[in-house]
Amino acid sequence: MPPAAPRSGDAIFASVERVNAELFTLTYGAIVRQLLTDLEEVEEVNKQLDQMGYNIGIRLIDEFLAKSNVSRCVDFKETAEVIAKVGFKMFLGVTASVTNWDADGTCCSIVLDDNPLVDFVELPDTCQGLYYCNILSGVIRGALEMVSMKTEVTWIRDMLRGDDAYELQVKLLNQVPEEYPYKDDE
Amino acid sequence: MQFFGGSEISPSPPTPTTAGNNAHMMYVFNRNGVCLLYREWNRPLHTLNPQQDHKLMFGLLFSLKSLTAKMDPTSAEKGNLGVPQLPGQGCSFHCFRTNTYKLSFMETPSGIKFILVTNPRTGDLRETLKYIYNLYVEYVAKNPLYTPGTPIRCELFNTALDQYVRSIA
Repeated sequence: MPPAAPRSGDAIFASVERVNAELFTLTYGAIVRQLLTDLEEVEEVNKQLDQMGYNIGIRLIDEFLAKSNVSRCVDFKETAEVIAKVGFKMFLGVTASVTNWDADGTCCSIVLDDNPLVDFVELPDTCQGLYYCNILSGVIRGALEMVSMKTEVTWIRDMLRGDDAYELQVKLLNQVPEEYPYKDDE
Repeated sequence: MQFFGGSEISPSPPTPTTAGNNAHMMYVFNRNGVCLLYREWNRPLHTLNPQQDHKLMFGLLFSLKSLTAKMDPTSAEKGNLGVPQLPGQGCSFHCFRTNTYKLSFMETPSGIKFILVTNPRTGDLRETLKYIYNLYVEYVAKNPLYTPGTPIRCELFNTALDQYVRSIA
């Protein structure tokens, strides 16, 4: 029996249980607001959002693999395409596109068409260094680490800071192959 | 009760003691060799203590995977035996069968390995293992009280798993 074909992002998005978009946006906004109150330092909040995203990413990868049925991506290019077309669509309902490949094929940009996290949001002057959507960079980093890819994810363009789009840069640092975990003498 | 058929060379497998329960046991490992789950439904013979048993199972699968990937006649690259592979890369075996049991295996790209040992008459269990992976996602990955990388202690997952396994043909 041949294995089932990978499902498209739209098909999965239609079949999973969804929450109200505004509830999601407002809940996220409340979390960031509370972090700013608790930690006060904008850099600390950025780091905390990234860590929260990482913790989400390491669990999210299993849900993604189970629902979308994709097999192992052959190279990083395919990985980026799958994240943009299937991943973002499946979890956030938005499409993203992949651009700006560098010569090695290890670094690319993912551009989001729209971003449900930032509806109704405006950054005040006291929070100008804040990466509001930093949780997304943590999610991607965590998820890719569970499939043996160590990456670095940073924001290049952020509409809350005055740019015209949301652009994430994903850079593959190295691939860590599986090793036999037990020591031979045990 | 065991019946030795006249024309059979090997003894016929023991009939399951629990009505309708066709699976013997199940293991779930993560990529670091930690046994996340071990369920036993029908295992008359225990030879090793649990730690050794888990290590043996994990080591067996690790080596088998490596061996089957290297022996692949259709693959273009020729890596050396013993060089670690990325999970999911290359071909991967999905079951082996002896005269007394069948072992079905599935590995996800995130390194979670599902092993199900059943009676030898069961068919292809890849879809079954995929369904169990979905159960794992629902009850374990999404469980806020579960720390990834530690053994699973979730009653709801165990119940759902038992119920599903009972229904395997």
